[in-house]
Amino acid sequence: MTFSPEMEARFAAMLLKYPEGRQRSALVPMLLYAQDEVGAVTPEVVNEVARRVGVDPLQVDEVLTYYSMLHRQKWGRKHLQICTNISCLLVGGEELWHQACKKLGIGHREVTADGEISLEEVECIGACSWAPAIQVNYDFYHNVTPEKLDELIDTMGKKS
Amino acid sequence: MLYNEPHPLEVKILTKRFGLPNSASIDTFLATEGYKGFEKALTMTPDAIINEVKASGLRGRGGAGFSTGMKWSFLPRNSPKPKYIMVNADESEPGTCKDRLLIEYDPHSLIEGMLIAALAAGSNLGYIYIRGEYRYLIDIMDRAIVEARERGFLGNNIKGSEFSFDCHTHSGAGAYECGEESALLESFEGKRGIPRIRPPFPAVAGAYQCPTVLNNVETFCSAPPILLMGAQAYAGLGTPKNGGTRLFCLSGHINKPGVYELPMGFPLMRMIEEVGGGMRGGKKLKAVIPGGSSCPVLKADECDVLMDFDSLAAAQSMLGSGGVVVMDEDTCMVKAALRIMRFYAHESCGWCIPCREGTTWLKKLLTRFHEGMGQRSDIILIGDLAKNMLGRTFCPLGDAAALPTISIVEKFTEEFEAHLEGRPCPYEHASQLVRA
Repeated sequence: MTFSPEMEARFAAMLLKYPEGRQRSALVPMLLYAQDEVGAVTPEVVNEVARRVGVDPLQVDEVLTYYSMLHRQKWGRKHLQICTNISCLLVGGEELWHQACKKLGIGHREVTADGEISLEEVECIGACSWAPAIQVNYDFYHNVTPEKLDELIDTMGKKS
Repeated sequence: MLYNEPHPLEVKILTKRFGLPNSASIDTFLATEGYKGFEKALTMTPDAIINEVKASGLRGRGGAGFSTGMKWSFLPRNSPKPKYIMVNADESEPGTCKDRLLIEYDPHSLIEGMLIAALAAGSNLGYIYIRGEYRYLIDIMDRAIVEARERGFLGNNIKGSEFSFDCHTHSGAGAYECGEESALLESFEGKRGIPRIRPPFPAVAGAYQCPTVLNNVETFCSAPPILLMGAQAYAGLGTPKNGGTRLFCLSGHINKPGVYELPMGFPLMRMIEEVGGGMRGGKKLKAVIPGGSSCPVLKADECDVLMDFDSLAAAQSMLGSGGVVVMDEDTCMVKAALRIMRFYAHESCGWCIPCREGTTWLKKLLTRFHEGMGQRSDIILIGDLAKNMLGRTFCPLGDAAALPTISIVEKFTEEFEAHLEGRPCPYEHASQLVRA
Protein backbone atom coordinates (compact mmCIF):
# COMPACT_ATOMS: atom_id res chain seq x y z
CA MET A 1 0.00 0.00 0.00
CA THR A 2 1.26 3.48 -0.80
CA PHE A 3 0.20 6.89 0.42
CA SER A 4 0.23 10.27 -1.34
CA PRO A 5 3.70 11.56 -2.30
CA GLU A 6 3.51 14.17 0.50
CA MET A 7 2.65 11.51 3.06
CA GLU A 8 5.36 9.19 1.75
CA ALA A 9 7.89 11.99 2.19
CA ARG A 10 6.58 12.64 5.71
CA PHE A 11 6.85 8.96 6.63
CA ALA A 12 10.36 8.66 5.21
CA ALA A 13 11.45 11.65 7.31
CA MET A 14 9.59 10.31 10.34
CA LEU A 15 11.49 7.01 10.35
CA LEU A 16 14.77 8.94 10.30
CA LYS A 17 13.86 10.94 13.42
CA TYR A 18 14.57 8.02 15.71
CA PRO A 19 17.89 6.32 16.46
CA GLU A 20 18.89 3.29 14.40
CA GLY A 21 16.86 0.26 15.44
CA ARG A 22 14.23 2.38 17.24
CA GLN A 23 11.82 2.83 14.32
CA ARG A 24 8.96 1.46 16.39
CA SER A 25 8.80 4.95 17.91
CA ALA A 26 7.17 6.10 14.67
CA LEU A 27 4.21 3.79 15.25
CA VAL A 28 1.72 6.12 16.95
CA PRO A 29 2.39 9.23 14.83
CA MET A 30 2.42 7.18 11.63
CA LEU A 31 -0.95 5.63 12.46
CA LEU A 32 -2.46 9.05 13.13
CA TYR A 33 -1.18 10.61 9.91
CA ALA A 34 -2.15 7.52 7.89
CA GLN A 35 -5.62 7.69 9.39
CA ASP A 36 -5.90 11.35 8.38
CA GLU A 37 -5.31 10.39 4.77
CA VAL A 38 -7.24 7.10 4.58
CA GLY A 39 -10.09 8.16 6.89
CA ALA A 40 -9.70 5.24 9.30
CA VAL A 41 -7.14 2.76 10.54
CA THR A 42 -8.13 -0.01 8.13
CA PRO A 43 -6.63 -3.51 8.26
CA GLU A 44 -4.48 -2.48 5.28
CA VAL A 45 -3.14 0.51 7.24
CA VAL A 46 -2.38 -1.75 10.20
CA ASN A 47 -0.40 -4.18 8.04
CA GLU A 48 1.42 -1.43 6.17
CA VAL A 49 2.42 0.53 9.28
CA ALA A 50 3.48 -2.71 11.00
CA ARG A 51 5.75 -3.51 8.07
CA ARG A 52 7.26 -0.03 7.97
CA VAL A 53 8.10 0.22 11.66
CA GLY A 54 9.09 -3.43 11.94
CA VAL A 55 6.51 -4.90 14.31
CA ASP A 56 3.80 -7.53 14.10
CA PRO A 57 0.30 -6.35 12.99
CA LEU A 58 -1.01 -7.64 16.31
CA GLN A 59 1.29 -5.22 18.12
CA VAL A 60 -0.19 -2.40 16.04
CA ASP A 61 -3.71 -3.49 17.00
CA GLU A 62 -2.70 -3.53 20.63
CA VAL A 63 -1.47 0.05 20.40
CA LEU A 64 -4.30 1.33 18.25
CA THR A 65 -7.00 0.36 20.75
CA TYR A 66 -5.34 2.43 23.47
CA TYR A 67 -5.46 5.89 21.86
CA SER A 68 -8.75 7.73 21.67
CA MET A 69 -7.93 9.60 18.45
CA LEU A 70 -7.29 6.37 16.53
CA HIS A 71 -10.32 4.61 15.09
CA ARG A 72 -11.06 1.68 12.81
CA GLN A 73 -14.43 3.10 11.81
CA LYS A 74 -14.62 5.75 9.11
CA TRP A 75 -15.49 9.19 10.49
CA GLY A 76 -17.33 11.87 8.54
CA ARG A 77 -15.45 14.23 6.25
CA LYS A 78 -15.90 16.71 9.08
CA HIS A 79 -15.42 15.32 12.57
CA LEU A 80 -17.09 17.57 15.14
CA GLN A 81 -15.64 17.24 18.62
CA ILE A 82 -17.35 18.97 21.52
CA CYS A 83 -15.62 19.31 24.86
CA THR A 84 -17.82 18.91 27.93
CA ASN A 85 -15.04 18.69 30.50
CA ILE A 86 -15.14 20.88 33.59
CA SER A 87 -14.16 24.32 32.20
CA CYS A 88 -16.42 23.90 29.18
CA LEU A 89 -19.21 22.35 31.26
CA LEU A 90 -19.35 25.45 33.48
CA VAL A 91 -20.05 27.75 30.53
CA GLY A 92 -22.40 25.72 28.38
CA GLY A 93 -20.40 22.91 26.79
CA GLU A 94 -22.99 20.30 27.68
CA GLU A 95 -25.77 22.36 26.13
CA LEU A 96 -23.71 22.60 22.93
CA TRP A 97 -23.31 18.84 22.98
CA HIS A 98 -27.07 18.24 23.23
CA GLN A 99 -27.71 20.86 20.56
CA ALA A 100 -25.33 19.15 18.13
CA CYS A 101 -26.84 15.70 18.80
CA LYS A 102 -30.32 17.04 18.15
CA LYS A 103 -29.43 19.02 15.05
CA LEU A 104 -27.44 16.20 13.43
CA GLY A 105 -29.68 13.40 14.68
CA ILE A 106 -26.67 11.34 15.77
CA GLY A 107 -24.91 10.56 19.03
CA HIS A 108 -21.43 9.98 20.41
CA ARG A 109 -19.03 8.55 17.80
CA GLU A 110 -21.74 8.30 15.17
CA VAL A 111 -21.80 9.45 11.55
CA THR A 112 -24.63 11.13 9.61
CA ALA A 113 -26.37 8.96 7.01
CA ASP A 114 -24.65 10.80 4.14
CA GLY A 115 -21.25 10.12 5.75
CA GLU A 116 -20.43 13.84 5.83
CA ILE A 117 -20.33 14.65 9.54
CA SER A 118 -19.39 12.63 12.60
CA LEU A 119 -19.79 13.67 16.20
CA GLU A 120 -17.83 12.99 19.36
CA GLU A 121 -18.03 14.20 22.94
CA VAL A 122 -14.38 14.73 23.83
CA GLU A 123 -12.33 15.28 26.95
CA CYS A 124 -10.35 18.47 27.61
CA ILE A 125 -8.82 19.79 24.37
CA GLY A 126 -6.74 22.51 26.05
CA ALA A 127 -8.89 25.55 25.37
CA CYS A 128 -10.24 26.03 28.90
CA SER A 129 -9.73 29.79 29.09
CA TRP A 130 -11.69 30.25 25.86
CA ALA A 131 -14.46 27.82 26.68
CA PRO A 132 -16.74 26.41 25.52
CA ALA A 133 -14.51 25.01 22.82
CA ILE A 134 -14.89 22.57 19.99
CA GLN A 135 -12.67 21.11 17.30
CA VAL A 136 -13.59 20.30 13.72
CA ASN A 137 -10.93 17.89 12.52
CA TYR A 138 -7.84 19.74 13.80
CA ASP A 139 -9.29 23.28 13.82
CA PHE A 140 -10.17 24.93 17.12
CA TYR A 141 -13.26 27.07 17.69
CA HIS A 142 -13.32 29.09 20.90
CA ASN A 143 -16.03 30.82 22.95
CA VAL A 144 -18.66 28.94 20.98
CA THR A 145 -22.26 30.11 21.38
CA PRO A 146 -25.34 28.10 20.36
CA GLU A 147 -25.71 30.45 17.37
CA LYS A 148 -22.10 29.94 16.28
CA LEU A 149 -22.49 26.17 16.55
CA ASP A 150 -25.67 26.23 14.47
CA GLU A 151 -23.97 28.25 11.80
CA LEU A 152 -20.89 26.03 11.85
CA ILE A 153 -22.91 22.84 11.41
CA ASP A 154 -24.82 24.44 8.53
CA THR A 155 -21.58 25.27 6.70
CA MET A 156 -20.04 21.88 7.51
CA GLY A 157 -22.85 20.11 5.69
CA LYS A 158 -21.99 21.92 2.47
CA LYS A 159 -19.33 20.24 0.37
CA SER A 160 -16.25 22.41 0.09
CA MET B 1 -3.96 37.77 17.49
CA LEU B 2 -3.88 36.99 21.20
CA TYR B 3 -6.53 34.80 22.76
CA ASN B 4 -7.11 37.23 25.60
CA GLU B 5 -6.04 40.74 26.54
CA PRO B 6 -2.93 40.90 28.74
CA HIS B 7 -3.43 42.30 32.25
CA PRO B 8 -1.29 45.11 33.76
CA LEU B 9 -0.49 42.96 36.80
CA GLU B 10 1.25 40.38 34.63
CA VAL B 11 5.02 39.98 34.82
CA LYS B 12 6.07 39.15 31.28
CA ILE B 13 9.03 36.81 31.37
CA LEU B 14 7.82 33.75 29.48
CA THR B 15 5.19 35.69 27.58
CA LYS B 16 7.32 38.67 26.61
CA ARG B 17 7.10 37.79 22.90
CA PHE B 18 3.36 37.07 22.93
CA GLY B 19 1.65 39.52 20.62
CA LEU B 20 4.80 40.65 18.79
CA PRO B 21 4.49 40.53 15.00
CA ASN B 22 5.69 37.10 13.74
CA SER B 23 6.55 36.19 17.32
CA ALA B 24 7.23 32.56 16.33
CA SER B 25 9.90 33.47 13.76
CA ILE B 26 13.59 33.19 14.52
CA ASP B 27 14.16 36.81 13.47
CA THR B 28 11.77 38.12 16.11
CA PHE B 29 13.32 35.73 18.59
CA LEU B 30 16.89 36.85 17.89
CA ALA B 31 15.86 40.51 18.04
CA THR B 32 14.51 39.98 21.56
CA GLU B 33 17.49 38.33 23.31
CA GLY B 34 16.68 34.94 21.78
CA TYR B 35 19.33 32.22 22.23
CA LYS B 36 21.30 34.58 24.52
CA GLY B 37 20.62 32.40 27.56
CA PHE B 38 21.94 29.42 25.61
CA GLU B 39 25.03 31.32 24.49
CA LYS B 40 25.73 32.11 28.12
CA ALA B 41 25.24 28.44 29.05
CA LEU B 42 27.76 27.49 26.34
CA THR B 43 30.45 29.20 28.42
CA MET B 44 29.46 27.37 31.62
CA THR B 45 30.17 23.88 32.95
CA PRO B 46 27.23 21.43 33.26
CA ASP B 47 27.45 21.69 37.05
CA ALA B 48 27.33 25.47 36.92
CA ILE B 49 24.21 25.35 34.73
CA ILE B 50 22.52 22.87 37.07
CA ASN B 51 23.45 24.95 40.13
CA GLU B 52 22.03 28.05 38.49
CA VAL B 53 18.73 26.30 37.78
CA LYS B 54 18.68 24.90 41.33
CA ALA B 55 19.29 28.34 42.81
CA SER B 56 16.51 29.86 40.71
CA GLY B 57 13.91 27.89 42.68
CA LEU B 58 12.33 26.69 39.43
CA ARG B 59 9.90 23.84 40.10
CA GLY B 60 8.26 21.62 37.48
CA ARG B 61 5.39 23.37 35.77
CA GLY B 62 3.69 20.14 34.66
CA GLY B 63 2.10 19.69 38.06
CA ALA B 64 4.35 17.87 40.49
CA GLY B 65 6.43 20.94 41.38
CA PHE B 66 9.70 19.07 41.81
CA SER B 67 12.91 21.13 41.73
CA THR B 68 14.06 21.23 38.10
CA GLY B 69 17.73 21.67 38.99
CA MET B 70 17.55 18.63 41.27
CA LYS B 71 15.90 16.59 38.53
CA TRP B 72 18.67 17.53 36.10
CA SER B 73 21.33 16.66 38.69
CA PHE B 74 20.07 13.04 38.96
CA LEU B 75 21.23 12.28 35.44
CA PRO B 76 24.24 9.93 35.40
CA ARG B 77 26.37 12.05 33.06
CA ASN B 78 29.18 9.48 33.01
CA SER B 79 26.89 6.77 31.69
CA PRO B 80 28.13 5.44 28.33
CA LYS B 81 24.55 5.45 27.03
CA PRO B 82 23.14 8.30 24.93
CA LYS B 83 21.21 10.90 26.91
CA TYR B 84 17.92 12.30 25.71
CA ILE B 85 15.98 15.51 26.26
CA MET B 86 12.22 14.89 26.28
CA VAL B 87 9.64 17.66 26.30
CA ASN B 88 6.23 16.83 27.70
CA ALA B 89 3.84 18.82 25.51
CA ASP B 90 1.01 16.37 26.10
CA GLU B 91 -0.95 19.11 27.87
CA SER B 92 -4.27 17.51 28.84
CA GLU B 93 -4.99 18.26 32.49
CA PRO B 94 -8.52 19.70 32.48
CA GLY B 95 -8.31 23.44 33.09
CA THR B 96 -4.87 23.81 31.51
CA CYS B 97 -4.15 25.57 28.20
CA LYS B 98 -0.78 27.29 28.59
CA ASP B 99 1.83 25.13 26.86
CA ARG B 100 -0.22 25.56 23.73
CA LEU B 101 0.44 29.30 23.80
CA LEU B 102 4.14 28.95 24.55
CA ILE B 103 4.64 26.80 21.44
CA GLU B 104 2.31 28.87 19.29
CA TYR B 105 3.91 32.22 20.07
CA ASP B 106 7.44 31.34 21.11
CA PRO B 107 8.59 27.93 19.82
CA HIS B 108 12.25 29.00 19.79
CA SER B 109 12.25 29.57 23.53
CA LEU B 110 11.39 25.88 23.91
CA ILE B 111 14.29 24.91 21.64
CA GLU B 112 16.55 27.21 23.65
CA GLY B 113 15.42 25.59 26.90
CA MET B 114 16.15 22.15 25.44
CA LEU B 115 19.61 23.31 24.35
CA ILE B 116 20.40 24.50 27.88
CA ALA B 117 19.18 21.20 29.36
CA ALA B 118 21.21 19.32 26.74
CA LEU B 119 24.37 21.19 27.74
CA ALA B 120 23.71 20.33 31.37
CA ALA B 121 22.99 16.68 30.58
CA GLY B 122 25.55 16.03 27.87
CA SER B 123 22.78 15.18 25.42
CA ASN B 124 22.81 15.42 21.63
CA LEU B 125 19.22 14.55 20.83
CA GLY B 126 15.79 15.62 22.02
CA TYR B 127 12.12 15.08 21.26
CA ILE B 128 8.99 17.13 21.81
CA TYR B 129 6.00 14.89 22.54
CA ILE B 130 2.97 16.97 21.50
CA ARG B 131 -0.58 15.80 22.06
CA GLY B 132 -2.24 14.71 18.81
CA GLU B 133 -5.05 17.25 19.06
CA TYR B 134 -2.48 20.08 18.86
CA ARG B 135 -1.64 19.31 15.21
CA TYR B 136 -1.13 22.96 14.28
CA LEU B 137 1.52 23.25 16.99
CA ILE B 138 3.46 20.36 15.48
CA ASP B 139 3.60 22.33 12.23
CA ILE B 140 4.72 25.51 14.05
CA MET B 141 7.35 23.60 15.99
CA ASP B 142 8.63 21.81 12.87
CA ARG B 143 9.09 25.17 11.11
CA ALA B 144 10.97 26.55 14.13
CA ILE B 145 13.26 23.51 14.19
CA VAL B 146 14.09 24.00 10.48
CA GLU B 147 14.83 27.71 11.11
CA ALA B 148 17.07 26.87 14.07
CA ARG B 149 19.02 24.37 11.95
CA GLU B 150 19.42 26.92 9.14
CA ARG B 151 20.80 29.51 11.55
CA GLY B 152 23.15 27.06 13.22
CA PHE B 153 21.39 26.76 16.59
CA LEU B 154 20.73 23.06 16.00
CA GLY B 155 23.13 20.62 14.35
CA ASN B 156 26.80 19.80 14.66
CA ASN B 157 29.29 22.09 16.41
CA ILE B 158 26.71 24.70 17.30
CA LYS B 159 28.12 28.24 17.05
CA GLY B 160 31.63 26.88 16.57
CA SER B 161 31.58 24.92 19.82
CA GLU B 162 32.18 21.24 20.54
CA PHE B 163 28.48 20.88 21.30
CA SER B 164 26.05 19.19 18.89
CA PHE B 165 22.32 18.84 19.36
CA ASP B 166 19.23 18.21 17.28
CA CYS B 167 15.55 17.73 18.08
CA HIS B 168 12.31 16.48 16.54
CA THR B 169 8.57 16.64 17.18
CA HIS B 170 6.60 13.50 18.02
CA SER B 171 2.79 13.30 17.89
CA GLY B 172 0.63 11.61 20.50
CA ALA B 173 -2.82 10.33 19.55
CA GLY B 174 -5.19 11.16 22.38
CA ALA B 175 -4.42 9.88 25.88
CA TYR B 176 -4.31 11.91 29.10
CA GLU B 177 -2.25 9.18 30.71
CA CYS B 178 0.61 9.89 28.31
CA GLY B 179 1.23 13.14 30.21
CA GLU B 180 2.54 10.98 33.05
CA GLU B 181 6.26 10.79 32.40
CA SER B 182 6.77 7.03 32.31
CA ALA B 183 3.62 6.44 30.25
CA LEU B 184 4.81 9.16 27.88
CA LEU B 185 8.06 7.27 27.39
CA GLU B 186 6.21 4.01 26.66
CA SER B 187 4.03 5.82 24.16
CA PHE B 188 7.10 7.45 22.61
CA GLU B 189 8.58 4.00 22.10
CA GLY B 190 5.50 2.97 20.10
CA LYS B 191 3.55 1.14 22.77
CA ARG B 192 0.39 1.56 24.81
CA GLY B 193 0.82 4.43 27.27
CA ILE B 194 1.04 2.32 30.40
CA PRO B 195 3.12 3.69 33.27
CA ARG B 196 6.36 2.04 34.34
CA ILE B 197 7.16 1.12 37.87
CA ARG B 198 9.51 3.70 39.37
CA PRO B 199 12.32 3.76 40.38
CA PRO B 200 14.24 3.78 38.16
CA PHE B 201 13.16 7.28 37.22
CA PRO B 202 13.55 8.67 33.69
CA ALA B 203 16.75 10.49 34.73
CA VAL B 204 18.38 7.05 34.98
CA ALA B 205 16.27 4.89 32.64
CA GLY B 206 14.05 6.99 30.38
CA ALA B 207 13.68 6.85 26.60
CA TYR B 208 15.03 3.51 25.34
CA GLN B 209 16.17 2.89 28.95
CA CYS B 210 18.73 5.69 28.57
CA PRO B 211 19.21 8.69 30.90
CA THR B 212 16.55 11.26 30.01
CA VAL B 213 15.73 14.80 31.09
CA LEU B 214 11.94 14.97 30.95
CA ASN B 215 10.15 18.23 31.74
CA ASN B 216 7.05 20.18 30.85
CA VAL B 217 7.13 22.80 28.05
CA GLU B 218 6.87 25.73 30.46
CA THR B 219 9.69 24.33 32.60
CA PHE B 220 12.06 24.21 29.62
CA CYS B 221 10.93 27.69 28.51
CA SER B 222 11.86 29.01 31.96
CA ALA B 223 15.52 28.00 31.58
CA PRO B 224 16.58 30.74 29.10
CA PRO B 225 15.32 33.65 31.27
CA ILE B 226 17.00 32.08 34.33
CA LEU B 227 20.35 31.99 32.55
CA LEU B 228 19.80 35.45 31.13
CA MET B 229 18.67 37.32 34.24
CA GLY B 230 20.53 35.17 36.76
CA ALA B 231 19.15 32.76 39.32
CA GLN B 232 18.80 35.34 42.08
CA ALA B 233 16.78 37.81 40.04
CA TYR B 234 14.53 35.04 38.76
CA ALA B 235 14.01 33.53 42.21
CA GLY B 236 13.21 36.98 43.58
CA LEU B 237 10.15 37.25 41.34
CA GLY B 238 8.38 34.56 43.35
CA THR B 239 8.11 33.46 46.96
CA PRO B 240 10.76 31.50 48.91
CA LYS B 241 11.41 28.08 47.29
CA ASN B 242 8.98 28.99 44.52
CA GLY B 243 11.04 30.93 42.03
CA GLY B 244 9.86 32.95 39.08
CA THR B 245 6.58 33.40 37.32
CA ARG B 246 4.18 30.92 35.83
CA LEU B 247 1.28 30.87 33.43
CA PHE B 248 -2.07 30.64 35.17
CA CYS B 249 -5.04 29.52 33.09
CA LEU B 250 -8.17 31.17 34.43
CA SER B 251 -11.43 29.57 33.37
CA GLY B 252 -15.01 29.14 34.54
CA HIS B 253 -17.40 31.74 35.92
CA ILE B 254 -15.25 34.85 35.70
CA ASN B 255 -15.51 37.93 33.52
CA LYS B 256 -12.08 37.74 31.90
CA PRO B 257 -10.94 34.16 31.59
CA GLY B 258 -7.53 33.83 30.00
CA VAL B 259 -3.91 32.77 30.39
CA TYR B 260 -1.93 35.24 32.50
CA GLU B 261 1.70 35.22 33.58
CA LEU B 262 1.93 36.10 37.26
CA PRO B 263 4.60 35.77 39.92
CA MET B 264 4.58 32.58 41.96
CA GLY B 265 2.74 33.28 45.20
CA PHE B 266 0.24 35.71 43.65
CA PRO B 267 -2.89 35.78 45.87
CA LEU B 268 -5.75 33.67 44.50
CA MET B 269 -8.46 36.19 45.36
CA ARG B 270 -6.66 38.98 43.51
CA MET B 271 -6.29 36.62 40.58
CA ILE B 272 -10.05 36.13 40.49
CA GLU B 273 -11.15 39.66 41.30
CA GLU B 274 -8.53 41.80 39.56
CA VAL B 275 -6.86 39.76 36.84
CA GLY B 276 -9.95 37.71 36.05
CA GLY B 277 -12.27 40.70 36.29
CA GLY B 278 -14.38 39.27 39.11
CA MET B 279 -17.28 36.84 39.10
CA ARG B 280 -19.50 36.70 36.05
CA GLY B 281 -22.92 38.28 36.49
CA GLY B 282 -22.05 39.45 40.00
CA LYS B 283 -22.59 35.92 41.33
CA LYS B 284 -21.01 34.68 44.54
CA LEU B 285 -17.92 32.49 44.50
CA LYS B 286 -18.55 28.89 45.56
CA ALA B 287 -15.38 26.93 44.86
CA VAL B 288 -12.07 26.97 42.99
CA ILE B 289 -9.99 24.19 41.51
CA PRO B 290 -6.56 25.80 41.93
CA GLY B 291 -4.34 23.77 39.62
CA GLY B 292 -6.15 21.50 37.19
CA SER B 293 -8.91 18.98 37.82
CA SER B 294 -6.77 16.60 39.87
CA CYS B 295 -6.38 19.08 42.75
CA PRO B 296 -8.58 19.14 45.84
CA VAL B 297 -11.22 21.85 45.50
CA LEU B 298 -11.06 24.97 47.67
CA LYS B 299 -14.25 26.36 49.18
CA ALA B 300 -14.83 30.10 48.79
CA ASP B 301 -13.71 30.74 52.38
CA GLU B 302 -10.46 28.83 51.74
CA CYS B 303 -9.47 30.97 48.76
CA ASP B 304 -7.49 33.50 50.74
CA VAL B 305 -4.31 31.72 49.72
CA LEU B 306 -1.08 32.44 47.87
CA MET B 307 -0.63 30.59 44.60
CA ASP B 308 2.63 28.75 45.12
CA PHE B 309 3.37 25.07 45.66
CA ASP B 310 3.97 25.31 49.42
CA SER B 311 1.07 27.64 50.30
CA LEU B 312 -1.39 25.41 48.47
CA ALA B 313 0.07 22.28 50.05
CA ALA B 314 -0.47 23.97 53.43
CA ALA B 315 -4.08 24.58 52.37
CA GLN B 316 -4.29 20.82 51.60
CA SER B 317 -4.55 21.32 47.89
CA MET B 318 -2.03 21.63 45.05
CA LEU B 319 -0.76 24.22 42.60
CA GLY B 320 -0.61 21.51 39.94
CA SER B 321 -0.51 22.65 36.34
CA GLY B 322 -1.79 26.19 36.91
CA GLY B 323 -5.36 25.59 35.72
CA VAL B 324 -7.56 27.76 37.93
CA VAL B 325 -11.21 26.78 37.48
CA VAL B 326 -13.64 29.18 39.18
CA MET B 327 -17.16 28.05 40.09
CA ASP B 328 -20.03 30.28 41.17
CA GLU B 329 -22.94 29.75 43.55
CA ASP B 330 -25.13 28.13 40.85
CA THR B 331 -22.69 25.28 40.26
CA CYS B 332 -23.84 21.82 41.26
CA MET B 333 -20.85 20.29 43.02
CA VAL B 334 -22.23 16.76 42.61
CA LYS B 335 -22.28 17.33 38.88
CA ALA B 336 -18.78 18.82 38.95
CA ALA B 337 -17.51 15.76 40.86
CA LEU B 338 -19.28 13.48 38.40
CA ARG B 339 -17.86 15.19 35.32
CA ILE B 340 -14.35 15.09 36.74
CA MET B 341 -14.74 11.38 37.56
CA ARG B 342 -16.15 10.58 34.11
CA PHE B 343 -12.91 12.02 32.75
CA TYR B 344 -10.64 9.91 34.95
CA ALA B 345 -12.67 6.75 34.31
CA HIS B 346 -12.28 7.39 30.57
CA GLU B 347 -8.57 8.09 30.83
CA SER B 348 -7.57 5.36 33.29
CA CYS B 349 -5.26 3.11 31.30
CA GLY B 350 -6.67 0.04 33.03
CA TRP B 351 -3.27 -1.31 33.98
CA CYS B 352 -3.78 -1.36 37.73
CA ILE B 353 -6.97 -2.41 39.42
CA PRO B 354 -7.52 0.26 42.12
CA CYS B 355 -7.59 2.94 39.44
CA ARG B 356 -9.50 1.04 36.75
CA GLU B 357 -12.18 -0.26 39.12
CA GLY B 358 -12.13 2.70 41.49
CA THR B 359 -12.78 5.33 38.83
CA THR B 360 -15.50 3.21 37.21
CA TRP B 361 -17.31 2.55 40.48
CA LEU B 362 -17.05 6.17 41.54
CA LYS B 363 -18.46 7.24 38.19
CA LYS B 364 -21.42 4.89 38.69
CA LEU B 365 -22.03 6.08 42.24
CA LEU B 366 -21.84 9.75 41.29
CA THR B 367 -24.09 9.26 38.27
CA ARG B 368 -26.67 7.54 40.45
CA PHE B 369 -26.40 10.31 42.99
CA HIS B 370 -26.80 13.11 40.52
CA GLU B 371 -29.90 11.41 39.09
CA GLY B 372 -31.49 11.46 42.54
CA MET B 373 -31.15 7.71 43.13
CA GLY B 374 -28.40 7.99 45.72
CA GLN B 375 -28.61 6.66 49.24
CA ARG B 376 -27.35 8.38 52.36
CA SER B 377 -24.79 5.62 52.89
CA ASP B 378 -23.37 6.36 49.42
CA ILE B 379 -21.96 9.64 50.72
CA ILE B 380 -19.64 7.71 53.02
CA LEU B 381 -19.04 5.03 50.41
CA ILE B 382 -17.85 7.58 47.82
CA GLY B 383 -15.34 9.00 50.29
CA ASP B 384 -14.17 5.56 51.42
CA LEU B 385 -13.77 4.24 47.90
CA ALA B 386 -11.76 7.29 46.84
CA LYS B 387 -9.54 7.14 49.94
CA ASN B 388 -8.81 3.49 49.23
CA MET B 389 -7.33 4.47 45.87
CA LEU B 390 -4.85 6.92 47.38
CA GLY B 391 -1.27 5.73 47.09
CA ARG B 392 -2.34 2.33 45.79
CA THR B 393 -1.87 2.88 42.08
CA PHE B 394 1.09 2.56 39.72
CA CYS B 395 0.98 6.20 38.71
CA PRO B 396 -0.58 9.42 40.03
CA LEU B 397 -3.79 9.07 37.97
CA GLY B 398 -5.45 7.20 40.82
CA ASP B 399 -4.69 10.01 43.27
CA ALA B 400 -5.68 12.57 40.65
CA ALA B 401 -9.13 11.00 40.46
CA ALA B 402 -9.53 10.46 44.19
CA LEU B 403 -8.36 13.82 45.56
CA PRO B 404 -10.98 16.13 43.98
CA THR B 405 -13.72 13.61 44.80
CA ILE B 406 -12.75 13.38 48.46
CA SER B 407 -12.57 17.16 48.76
CA ILE B 408 -15.96 17.71 47.13
CA VAL B 409 -17.82 15.04 49.09
CA GLU B 410 -16.32 16.27 52.38
CA LYS B 411 -16.65 20.01 51.78
CA PHE B 412 -20.03 19.97 50.06
CA THR B 413 -21.78 17.13 51.88
CA GLU B 414 -24.98 19.18 52.09
CA GLU B 415 -25.19 19.27 48.30
CA PHE B 416 -25.08 15.49 48.20
CA GLU B 417 -27.82 15.40 50.81
CA ALA B 418 -29.92 17.77 48.71
CA HIS B 419 -29.92 15.18 45.90
CA LEU B 420 -31.28 12.39 48.13
CA GLU B 421 -34.70 10.72 47.96
CA GLY B 422 -35.31 11.23 44.28
CA ARG B 423 -35.13 15.00 44.45
CA PRO B 424 -34.13 16.60 41.15
CA CYS B 425 -30.80 18.42 41.05
CA PRO B 426 -31.49 21.74 42.80
CA TYR B 427 -29.13 23.56 40.44
CA GLU B 428 -30.47 22.44 37.08
CA HIS B 429 -33.22 25.05 37.25
CA ALA B 430 -30.89 27.84 38.34
CA SER B 431 -28.38 27.12 35.60
CA GLN B 432 -31.06 27.01 32.93
CA LEU B 433 -32.31 30.40 34.03
CA VAL B 434 -28.85 31.87 33.70
CA ARG B 435 -28.38 30.49 30.23
CA ALA B 436 -31.90 31.22 28.96
